Amino acid sequence: MAALINVPAKAKRGDIIEIRTLTSHIMETGFRHTVEGALVPRDIITSFTCRYNGTEIFRADLFPAIAANPYLSFFTIAKESGKFEFEWTGDNGYSTTASASITVE
Amino acid sequence: MTSRPMTRRTAVLGITAAAATLARPSILRAQSTGRVVVVGGGFGGAACARALKRAQGDLQVILIEPNAVITSCPFSNEVIAGLRDIEAQQFGHDRLAADGITVIGQAVTTIEPQQRSVLTADGVALPYDRLVLSPGIDFHFEALPGYDEAASEKMPHAWKAGAQTLLLRRQLEAMDDGGTVAIAVPANPSRCPPAPYERASLIAHYLKTKKPRSKVLVLDAKDNFSQQRLFEKAWKELYGDMIERIGLSQGGRVTSVDPSTRTIITEFGNYTPDVANVIPPQRAGRIAEITGAADSTGWCPIDPTTFESKLVKNIHVIGDACLGGGIPKSASAASAQGKACAAAIVAMFAGRAPDTPRLTGVCYNTVAPGYGFSLAGNYQPRGDIFAEIEGGATSPLDAPRELRAREADEAERWFQTITADTFG
Repeated sequence: MAALINVPAKAKRGDIIEIRTLTSHIMETGFRHTVEGALVPRDIITSFTCRYNGTEIFRADLFPAIAANPYLSFFTIAKESGKFEFEWTGDNGYSTTASASITVE
Repeated sequence: MTSRPMTRRTAVLGITAAAATLARPSILRAQSTGRVVVVGGGFGGAACARALKRAQGDLQVILIEPNAVITSCPFSNEVIAGLRDIEAQQFGHDRLAADGITVIGQAVTTIEPQQRSVLTADGVALPYDRLVLSPGIDFHFEALPGYDEAASEKMPHAWKAGAQTLLLRRQLEAMDDGGTVAIAVPANPSRCPPAPYERASLIAHYLKTKKPRSKVLVLDAKDNFSQQRLFEKAWKELYGDMIERIGLSQGGRVTSVDPSTRTIITEFGNYTPDVANVIPPQRAGRIAEITGAADSTGWCPIDPTTFESKLVKNIHVIGDACLGGGIPKSASAASAQGKACAAAIVAMFAGRAPDTPRLTGVCYNTVAPGYGFSLAGNYQPRGDIFAEIEGGATSPLDAPRELRAREADEAERWFQTITADTFG
């Protein structure tokens, strides 16, 4: 499982809609040591963006204090039918994408 | 199995008689009259009342419990799976009354900490020197939109044993082969943390035996749970892929339900199972809240040495209702807490400093007939809560079936022992 998305399938124009996302990631802080004393290297998601029909509507920077499997929930206004695109990027070239469609009446 | 009926008159007579004994001169009694009221007659309250009476025979102990019959939650998952009759779960307080404890079969309506008085539904005021609350849990319905008492008739919680246990059993029996049974599991803290997984196991056992094309779906607000590796190994071994679990980070947290369509809504999906066992979020029993003993978490902060409430003087809180920290909310823990609380109260009456309690909690899980494992832990006060200390043990992950069979027998013996100790 890469990412979970919850976008309402349908909405009325002008409705405030909630979007939920969750992606599986260890979010290793970079502050922990192994029993042998070696530093466990940082491995986190650093950025999340959401585009609505190509326009960025939400962005978040993520930091080591954020727990594993980051869950983000935010709101937007349903303007037109189309597509939400989500992108997570992070350490070690991490990148994952997802999308969801909405019908606005 | 029923308690002797308690009228207002007999309750008052009992109190008068006991008050007369207390009138005997004594240096110790001069500083404290020694009247303890225990609210709640489950594993915690009953154990506490008995321990008080055993430790100090002239102490006046009053136990208030509206239910003449207590239905034990431990082993109730076996009732759901059709492996046990509910009668084997039911206990009365007759033996406690025979011990000299005044048992009052009423609900408590109000507690007045200033007057040190408990009011029961029939209008009787019972004064106390020390009050012990052992109210168990109540459901936090506001935390699960769509779910309430009425919804529980369609989507049973079966998290307080009794009619709900039997309702869930009947729904399983009525389900067609090939159906899906969903179990919605709340986040911690909740009563008996491993019990949802024991339930999933025993329901799978029932389905495998009677309706082998069916499935169990666990929708979980947690990623990790108690004895997880033991459970998951047993599930694979006994039930193949019959049990599917969706944890928090797979979107398993249930956010609302719709009882009219038997729909369970999670953060990322909707499910319409054939049988929906919805275990709602919980908080301390209502009486703790209206007494002011519960904080914003819904649970009761205590001094772990005496179990005295941090919020209301002269009131002690034991069992599931208290904020115990590392100690799980279980019958075994409630019983241990009840006894430790009794010892602290007796010490306080005598003007002695209470000993630091060291509690042991044990938890057996039966995942199929003849297949059990366990977790035992030791706990001591640290700051405001109980912390687990060394000496605990969990069953080994790799063990021959003989050990699992032996642990299943031990579970049964544990039940016989704790119920005899508490009610017998």
